[in-house]
Amino acid sequence: MSKARVATLWLDGCSGCHMSLLDMDERLLELAGKIEMVFSPLVDQKEFPENVDVALVEGAVSSDEDLEKILKVRARSKLLVSLGDCAVTANIPSMRNPFKVKDVLDRAYIENATLNPGAPVDAVPTLRPQARPIHEFVNVDVFVPGCPPSADTIYFVLAEILEGRVPDLGAKTRFGA
Amino acid sequence: MSQAVRVITLTMDGREISARGDQTVLQVARENNMYIPTLCHLTGLARVGSCRLCLVEVKGINKLLPACVTRVEEGWEVSLNSERLSKYRKSILELLFSERNHVCAVCVSNGHCELQTLAQTLGMTHVHFAYRYPRLAVDGSHDRFVVDHNRCILCTRCVRVCDEIEGAHTWDLLGRGVNAQVITDLNQPWGESDTCTGCGKCINVCPTGALVEKGKSVREMTKQRQFLPYLTLMRERRW
Repeated sequence: MSKARVATLWLDGCSGCHMSLLDMDERLLELAGKIEMVFSPLVDQKEFPENVDVALVEGAVSSDEDLEKILKVRARSKLLVSLGDCAVTANIPSMRNPFKVKDVLDRAYIENATLNPGAPVDAVPTLRPQARPIHEFVNVDVFVPGCPPSADTIYFVLAEILEGRVPDLGAKTRFGA
Repeated sequence: MSQAVRVITLTMDGREISARGDQTVLQVARENNMYIPTLCHLTGLARVGSCRLCLVEVKGINKLLPACVTRVEEGWEVSLNSERLSKYRKSILELLFSERNHVCAVCVSNGHCELQTLAQTLGMTHVHFAYRYPRLAVDGSHDRFVVDHNRCILCTRCVRVCDEIEGAHTWDLLGRGVNAQVITDLNQPWGESDTCTGCGKCINVCPTGALVEKGKSVREMTKQRQFLPYLTLMRERRW
Protein backbone atom coordinates (compact mmCIF):
# COMPACT_ATOMS: atom_id res chain seq x y z
CA MET A 1 0.00 0.00 0.00
CA SER A 2 1.35 3.41 -0.89
CA LYS A 3 1.76 5.93 1.89
CA ALA A 4 -0.99 8.48 2.51
CA ARG A 5 0.02 12.01 1.54
CA VAL A 6 -0.58 14.12 4.64
CA ALA A 7 -0.15 17.88 4.99
CA THR A 8 -0.55 20.29 7.90
CA LEU A 9 -1.27 23.99 7.64
CA TRP A 10 -0.80 26.76 10.21
CA LEU A 11 -3.15 29.73 9.90
CA ASP A 12 -4.07 32.13 12.75
CA GLY A 13 -3.28 30.01 15.78
CA CYS A 14 -0.53 29.67 18.36
CA SER A 15 0.99 26.48 16.85
CA GLY A 16 -0.17 24.63 19.96
CA CYS A 17 -2.00 22.11 17.75
CA HIS A 18 1.27 21.41 15.93
CA MET A 19 3.04 21.03 19.29
CA SER A 20 0.31 18.58 20.28
CA LEU A 21 0.92 16.70 17.01
CA LEU A 22 4.61 16.37 17.92
CA ASP A 23 3.57 15.23 21.40
CA MET A 24 2.55 11.90 19.87
CA ASP A 25 6.16 10.93 20.63
CA GLU A 26 7.07 7.39 19.53
CA ARG A 27 3.75 6.99 17.73
CA LEU A 28 5.19 9.40 15.16
CA LEU A 29 7.55 6.61 14.13
CA GLU A 30 4.63 4.27 13.62
CA LEU A 31 2.80 6.93 11.57
CA ALA A 32 5.97 7.63 9.56
CA GLY A 33 5.62 4.15 8.11
CA LYS A 34 2.10 4.93 6.89
CA ILE A 35 2.21 8.57 5.85
CA GLU A 36 4.32 10.90 3.83
CA MET A 37 4.38 14.44 5.23
CA VAL A 38 4.23 16.44 2.00
CA PHE A 39 3.67 19.94 3.41
CA SER A 40 3.86 21.40 6.91
CA PRO A 41 5.54 24.11 8.99
CA LEU A 42 7.58 21.14 10.23
CA VAL A 43 9.05 20.23 6.83
CA ASP A 44 10.92 22.26 4.23
CA GLN A 45 8.42 22.54 1.42
CA LYS A 46 7.44 25.95 0.08
CA GLU A 47 4.50 25.22 -2.22
CA PHE A 48 1.39 23.26 -1.21
CA PRO A 49 1.46 20.17 -3.48
CA GLU A 50 -1.32 18.59 -5.54
CA ASN A 51 -3.13 15.35 -4.62
CA VAL A 52 -2.94 15.54 -0.86
CA ASP A 53 -4.94 12.83 0.92
CA VAL A 54 -5.38 14.45 4.33
CA ALA A 55 -4.83 18.09 5.28
CA LEU A 56 -4.85 19.02 8.99
CA VAL A 57 -5.52 22.73 9.37
CA GLU A 58 -4.75 24.68 12.54
CA GLY A 59 -5.93 28.25 13.07
CA ALA A 60 -8.63 30.67 12.01
CA VAL A 61 -8.85 32.59 8.76
CA SER A 62 -7.68 36.06 9.79
CA SER A 63 -5.82 37.53 6.82
CA ASP A 64 -6.11 37.62 3.06
CA GLU A 65 -3.15 35.26 2.94
CA ASP A 66 -4.95 32.78 5.22
CA LEU A 67 -7.92 32.81 2.86
CA GLU A 68 -5.74 32.21 -0.23
CA LYS A 69 -4.04 29.33 1.55
CA ILE A 70 -7.19 27.60 2.75
CA LEU A 71 -8.80 27.82 -0.70
CA LYS A 72 -5.72 26.26 -2.28
CA VAL A 73 -5.49 23.56 0.38
CA ARG A 74 -9.15 22.66 -0.05
CA ALA A 75 -8.80 22.43 -3.82
CA ARG A 76 -5.76 20.16 -3.54
CA SER A 77 -6.82 17.88 -0.65
CA LYS A 78 -9.22 14.96 -0.53
CA LEU A 79 -9.94 15.24 3.19
CA LEU A 80 -9.75 18.45 5.17
CA VAL A 81 -9.56 18.27 8.98
CA SER A 82 -10.38 21.38 11.01
CA LEU A 83 -7.87 20.89 13.83
CA GLY A 84 -8.38 22.70 17.12
CA ASP A 85 -10.65 25.43 18.43
CA CYS A 86 -9.15 28.25 16.33
CA ALA A 87 -9.96 26.40 13.11
CA VAL A 88 -13.35 25.22 14.39
CA THR A 89 -14.61 28.34 16.24
CA ALA A 90 -11.97 31.06 15.57
CA ASN A 91 -11.39 30.85 19.35
CA ILE A 92 -8.85 33.34 20.74
CA PRO A 93 -8.12 35.08 17.41
CA SER A 94 -11.86 35.91 17.31
CA MET A 95 -11.58 37.98 20.48
CA ARG A 96 -10.54 40.90 18.26
CA ASN A 97 -13.72 40.58 16.20
CA PRO A 98 -15.95 42.97 18.17
CA PHE A 99 -13.37 45.71 17.47
CA LYS A 100 -12.21 47.46 14.29
CA VAL A 101 -8.92 46.22 12.84
CA LYS A 102 -7.42 49.69 13.07
CA ASP A 103 -8.30 49.94 16.78
CA VAL A 104 -6.74 46.55 17.45
CA LEU A 105 -3.52 47.46 15.61
CA ASP A 106 -3.35 50.86 17.32
CA ARG A 107 -3.77 49.21 20.69
CA ALA A 108 -0.99 46.70 20.06
CA TYR A 109 1.53 48.74 18.08
CA ILE A 110 0.97 52.35 19.19
CA GLU A 111 -0.77 52.67 22.57
CA ASN A 112 1.27 49.88 24.18
CA ALA A 113 4.51 50.37 22.25
CA THR A 114 7.53 51.84 23.95
CA LEU A 115 9.89 51.57 20.97
CA ASN A 116 9.16 52.48 17.34
CA PRO A 117 5.38 52.84 17.61
CA GLY A 118 3.46 52.12 14.39
CA ALA A 119 1.67 49.12 12.91
CA PRO A 120 3.72 47.08 10.40
CA VAL A 121 2.60 47.67 6.82
CA ASP A 122 5.20 45.95 4.63
CA ALA A 123 5.76 42.22 4.18
CA VAL A 124 2.94 41.13 6.47
CA PRO A 125 -0.48 39.94 5.25
CA THR A 126 -3.40 42.34 5.55
CA LEU A 127 -5.80 41.45 8.34
CA ARG A 128 -9.39 40.79 7.36
CA PRO A 129 -12.13 42.58 9.34
CA GLN A 130 -12.66 39.47 11.48
CA ALA A 131 -11.03 36.12 12.27
CA ARG A 132 -13.51 33.41 11.23
CA PRO A 133 -13.65 29.60 11.42
CA ILE A 134 -12.42 27.84 8.29
CA HIS A 135 -15.71 26.08 7.56
CA GLU A 136 -17.22 29.48 6.75
CA PHE A 137 -14.96 29.53 3.64
CA VAL A 138 -14.48 25.90 2.58
CA ASN A 139 -16.09 22.53 3.17
CA VAL A 140 -14.60 20.70 6.13
CA ASP A 141 -14.74 16.92 6.42
CA VAL A 142 -13.76 16.35 10.05
CA PHE A 143 -14.01 18.72 13.02
CA VAL A 144 -11.63 18.23 15.94
CA PRO A 145 -12.32 20.70 18.79
CA GLY A 146 -9.77 21.23 21.56
CA CYS A 147 -7.27 23.88 22.62
CA PRO A 148 -5.20 22.09 21.69
CA PRO A 149 -6.64 18.64 20.94
CA SER A 150 -4.50 16.19 22.88
CA ALA A 151 -1.83 14.07 21.20
CA ASP A 152 -4.06 11.05 21.86
CA THR A 153 -6.95 12.75 20.06
CA ILE A 154 -4.84 13.69 17.04
CA TYR A 155 -3.37 10.20 16.85
CA PHE A 156 -6.87 8.70 17.04
CA VAL A 157 -8.09 11.01 14.25
CA LEU A 158 -5.16 10.16 11.96
CA ALA A 159 -5.32 6.43 12.72
CA GLU A 160 -9.05 6.28 12.00
CA ILE A 161 -8.70 8.23 8.76
CA LEU A 162 -5.83 6.00 7.61
CA GLU A 163 -8.09 3.00 8.27
CA GLY A 164 -10.73 4.58 6.07
CA ARG A 165 -13.11 5.46 8.93
CA VAL A 166 -14.62 8.78 9.95
CA PRO A 167 -13.35 9.42 13.49
CA ASP A 168 -16.10 9.54 16.11
CA LEU A 169 -14.58 11.79 18.74
CA GLY A 170 -17.27 11.48 21.42
CA ALA A 171 -15.73 11.99 24.84
CA LYS A 172 -12.15 12.31 23.54
CA THR A 173 -12.11 16.08 23.16
CA ARG A 174 -14.19 19.22 23.62
CA PHE A 175 -14.04 22.98 23.13
CA GLY A 176 -11.27 24.35 25.32
CA ALA A 177 -9.94 20.87 26.18
CA MET B 1 -48.53 14.96 48.05
CA SER B 2 -52.27 15.30 47.92
CA GLN B 3 -54.39 12.18 48.09
CA ALA B 4 -55.99 12.94 44.75
CA VAL B 5 -52.75 12.24 42.85
CA ARG B 6 -53.10 9.14 40.72
CA VAL B 7 -50.47 6.66 39.76
CA ILE B 8 -50.23 6.44 36.01
CA THR B 9 -48.29 4.30 33.57
CA LEU B 10 -46.50 5.44 30.45
CA THR B 11 -43.53 4.45 28.30
CA MET B 12 -40.27 6.32 27.83
CA ASP B 13 -38.08 5.18 24.94
CA GLY B 14 -40.10 1.98 24.97
CA ARG B 15 -39.64 1.32 28.69
CA GLU B 16 -42.79 0.86 30.80
CA ILE B 17 -42.77 3.21 33.75
CA SER B 18 -45.08 4.06 36.65
CA ALA B 19 -45.24 7.63 37.85
CA ARG B 20 -47.31 9.97 39.93
CA GLY B 21 -49.71 12.09 37.92
CA ASP B 22 -48.28 15.32 39.35
CA GLN B 23 -44.74 14.65 38.15
CA THR B 24 -43.09 16.21 35.13
CA VAL B 25 -41.61 14.19 32.28
CA LEU B 26 -38.16 15.33 33.42
CA GLN B 27 -38.71 14.24 37.03
CA VAL B 28 -39.93 10.82 35.93
CA ALA B 29 -37.03 10.39 33.50
CA ARG B 30 -34.45 11.30 36.15
CA GLU B 31 -36.07 9.00 38.74
CA ASN B 32 -35.61 6.20 36.23
CA ASN B 33 -32.05 7.18 35.31
CA MET B 34 -32.98 8.24 31.80
CA TYR B 35 -31.13 11.23 30.37
CA ILE B 36 -32.74 14.42 29.12
CA PRO B 37 -30.40 17.39 28.61
CA THR B 38 -31.33 20.61 30.47
CA LEU B 39 -29.80 24.04 30.84
CA CYS B 40 -32.23 26.60 32.29
CA HIS B 41 -33.69 24.03 34.68
CA LEU B 42 -32.23 23.71 38.16
CA THR B 43 -33.91 21.71 40.89
CA GLY B 44 -35.01 24.11 43.61
CA LEU B 45 -35.79 27.02 41.29
CA ALA B 46 -39.01 27.87 39.45
CA ARG B 47 -39.33 26.08 36.11
CA VAL B 48 -39.40 28.37 33.09
CA GLY B 49 -38.91 25.97 30.17
CA SER B 50 -37.01 28.61 28.22
CA CYS B 51 -33.89 26.88 26.91
CA ARG B 52 -35.86 24.18 25.03
CA LEU B 53 -33.06 21.63 25.33
CA CYS B 54 -35.38 19.23 27.20
CA LEU B 55 -37.91 19.02 24.37
CA VAL B 56 -39.31 15.50 23.97
CA GLU B 57 -41.68 13.78 21.53
CA VAL B 58 -45.00 12.29 22.59
CA LYS B 59 -46.74 9.95 20.17
CA GLY B 60 -49.94 11.47 18.82
CA ILE B 61 -48.97 15.05 19.73
CA ASN B 62 -47.55 17.06 16.86
CA LYS B 63 -45.57 19.65 18.77
CA LEU B 64 -42.52 18.94 20.88
CA LEU B 65 -43.01 19.34 24.62
CA PRO B 66 -40.51 20.73 27.16
CA ALA B 67 -39.96 17.90 29.67
CA CYS B 68 -39.26 20.22 32.62
CA VAL B 69 -42.72 21.85 32.59
CA THR B 70 -44.88 19.05 31.13
CA ARG B 71 -46.85 16.74 33.44
CA VAL B 72 -46.95 13.08 32.50
CA GLU B 73 -50.27 11.61 31.38
CA GLU B 74 -51.73 8.12 31.31
CA GLY B 75 -50.66 6.00 28.37
CA TRP B 76 -48.15 8.45 26.90
CA GLU B 77 -45.43 7.08 24.68
CA VAL B 78 -42.51 9.47 25.12
CA SER B 79 -39.30 9.60 23.05
CA LEU B 80 -36.43 11.27 24.88
CA ASN B 81 -33.60 10.99 22.39
CA SER B 82 -34.79 10.60 18.80
CA GLU B 83 -32.70 11.71 15.83
CA ARG B 84 -35.00 14.68 15.33
CA LEU B 85 -34.58 15.78 18.96
CA SER B 86 -30.84 15.36 18.74
CA LYS B 87 -30.77 17.62 15.67
CA TYR B 88 -32.85 20.32 17.37
CA ARG B 89 -30.82 20.16 20.58
CA LYS B 90 -27.57 20.57 18.69
CA SER B 91 -29.05 23.53 16.80
CA ILE B 92 -30.06 25.16 20.09
CA LEU B 93 -26.50 24.78 21.40
CA GLU B 94 -25.09 26.13 18.16
CA LEU B 95 -27.34 29.18 18.42
CA LEU B 96 -26.18 29.75 22.01
CA PHE B 97 -22.52 29.49 20.99
CA SER B 98 -22.93 31.78 17.98
CA GLU B 99 -24.94 34.43 19.82
CA ARG B 100 -22.18 35.65 22.14
CA ASN B 101 -18.42 35.19 22.62
CA HIS B 102 -17.80 31.82 24.24
CA VAL B 103 -14.05 31.26 24.19
CA CYS B 104 -13.71 28.09 26.28
CA ALA B 105 -9.92 28.05 26.08
CA VAL B 106 -9.51 31.21 28.16
CA CYS B 107 -12.63 30.92 30.34
CA VAL B 108 -12.48 30.68 34.12
CA SER B 109 -15.18 27.99 33.94
CA ASN B 110 -13.34 25.84 31.36
CA GLY B 111 -13.88 22.23 32.42
CA HIS B 112 -16.73 23.14 34.79
CA CYS B 113 -19.20 24.66 32.34
CA GLU B 114 -22.62 23.19 31.58
CA LEU B 115 -22.73 24.68 28.07
CA GLN B 116 -19.31 23.25 27.21
CA THR B 117 -20.20 19.85 28.68
CA LEU B 118 -23.49 19.72 26.78
CA ALA B 119 -21.72 20.43 23.49
CA GLN B 120 -19.50 17.45 24.16
CA THR B 121 -22.29 15.18 25.44
CA LEU B 122 -24.61 15.94 22.54
CA GLY B 123 -21.85 15.69 19.94
CA MET B 124 -21.92 19.31 18.78
CA THR B 125 -18.49 19.63 17.15
CA HIS B 126 -18.96 22.92 15.31
CA VAL B 127 -21.40 25.75 14.70
CA HIS B 128 -23.23 25.90 11.36
CA PHE B 129 -24.53 29.41 11.96
CA ALA B 130 -22.47 32.56 11.44
CA TYR B 131 -20.94 33.71 14.72
CA ARG B 132 -22.15 37.18 15.71
CA TYR B 133 -19.11 38.25 17.78
CA PRO B 134 -21.04 41.07 19.53
CA ARG B 135 -19.27 43.68 21.62
CA LEU B 136 -20.46 43.14 25.20
CA ALA B 137 -19.56 44.56 28.57
CA VAL B 138 -17.82 43.02 31.55
CA ASP B 139 -18.94 44.54 34.88
CA GLY B 140 -16.28 44.16 37.56
CA SER B 141 -17.61 46.94 39.82
CA HIS B 142 -18.61 44.55 42.62
CA ASP B 143 -15.99 43.89 45.31
CA ARG B 144 -16.06 40.13 44.97
CA PHE B 145 -17.95 39.17 41.79
CA VAL B 146 -17.86 39.78 38.03
CA VAL B 147 -20.54 39.52 35.36
CA ASP B 148 -19.22 38.81 31.86
CA HIS B 149 -22.06 39.22 29.38
CA ASN B 150 -19.96 37.56 26.67
CA ARG B 151 -20.60 34.21 28.36
CA CYS B 152 -24.24 34.68 29.43
CA ILE B 153 -26.86 32.43 27.83
CA LEU B 154 -29.87 34.17 29.45
CA CYS B 155 -31.02 31.06 31.31
CA THR B 156 -32.27 33.38 34.13
CA ARG B 157 -31.12 31.07 36.90
CA CYS B 158 -29.49 34.10 38.60
CA VAL B 159 -32.73 36.07 38.34
CA ARG B 160 -34.72 33.22 39.87
CA VAL B 161 -32.33 32.30 42.69
CA CYS B 162 -31.96 35.95 43.72
CA ASP B 163 -35.72 36.48 43.75
CA GLU B 164 -36.98 33.12 45.01
CA ILE B 165 -34.29 31.99 47.44
CA GLU B 166 -32.37 35.07 48.54
CA GLY B 167 -35.43 37.32 48.28
CA ALA B 168 -33.41 40.28 47.01
CA HIS B 169 -34.41 40.40 43.32
CA THR B 170 -31.26 42.25 42.36
CA TRP B 171 -31.12 40.52 38.96
CA ASP B 172 -33.60 40.93 36.14
CA LEU B 173 -33.72 41.01 32.35
CA LEU B 174 -33.47 44.11 30.18
CA GLY B 175 -34.42 44.27 26.50
CA ARG B 176 -35.78 41.64 24.17
CA GLY B 177 -34.48 39.01 21.78
CA VAL B 178 -30.86 39.31 20.80
CA ASN B 179 -30.59 42.57 22.78
CA ALA B 180 -31.70 41.02 26.06
CA GLN B 181 -29.25 40.99 28.95
CA VAL B 182 -29.25 40.41 32.68
CA ILE B 183 -29.02 43.57 34.77
CA THR B 184 -28.53 44.44 38.44
CA ASP B 185 -31.13 46.75 39.98
CA LEU B 186 -32.20 49.39 37.44
CA ASN B 187 -29.31 48.63 35.09
CA GLN B 188 -26.77 50.12 37.48
CA PRO B 189 -23.23 48.81 37.98
CA TRP B 190 -23.35 45.74 40.23
CA GLY B 191 -21.02 47.39 42.74
CA GLU B 192 -23.53 50.23 43.21
CA SER B 193 -26.53 47.95 43.75
CA ASP B 194 -28.62 48.81 46.82
CA THR B 195 -30.32 45.41 46.92
CA CYS B 196 -27.45 42.93 46.37
CA THR B 197 -26.61 41.19 49.64
CA GLY B 198 -23.35 39.74 48.26
CA CYS B 199 -24.58 36.20 49.05
CA GLY B 200 -23.07 34.69 45.89
CA LYS B 201 -26.00 32.40 45.07
CA CYS B 202 -26.20 33.75 41.51
CA ILE B 203 -22.52 32.92 41.00
CA ASN B 204 -23.07 29.32 42.02
CA VAL B 205 -26.19 28.62 39.97
CA CYS B 206 -24.82 30.21 36.77
CA PRO B 207 -24.15 27.35 34.32
CA THR B 208 -21.31 29.13 32.48
CA GLY B 209 -18.53 31.58 33.26
CA ALA B 210 -20.88 34.58 33.03
CA LEU B 211 -21.14 35.05 36.80
CA VAL B 212 -17.90 34.33 38.61
CA GLU B 213 -15.80 35.21 41.62
CA LYS B 214 -13.10 37.81 41.13
CA GLY B 215 -9.50 36.72 40.93
CA LYS B 216 -10.10 33.32 39.36
CA SER B 217 -7.93 32.30 36.43
CA VAL B 218 -8.63 29.92 33.53
CA ARG B 219 -10.30 26.68 34.70
CA GLU B 220 -10.34 27.79 38.35
CA MET B 221 -14.02 28.64 38.80
CA THR B 222 -16.03 25.73 40.19
CA LYS B 223 -19.63 26.21 41.25
CA GLN B 224 -21.15 24.90 44.50
CA ARG B 225 -24.78 23.86 44.23
CA GLN B 226 -25.30 21.79 47.43
CA PHE B 227 -26.98 24.65 49.23
CA LEU B 228 -29.95 24.92 46.90
CA PRO B 229 -32.08 21.87 47.88
CA TYR B 230 -31.59 22.64 51.61
CA LEU B 231 -32.54 26.28 51.25
CA THR B 232 -35.57 25.39 49.14
CA LEU B 233 -36.72 22.91 51.77
CA MET B 234 -36.22 25.37 54.62
CA ARG B 235 -38.18 28.07 52.81
CA GLU B 236 -41.07 25.65 52.25
CA ARG B 237 -41.17 24.66 55.91
CA ARG B 238 -40.97 28.19 57.19
CA TRP B 239 -43.57 29.65 54.89
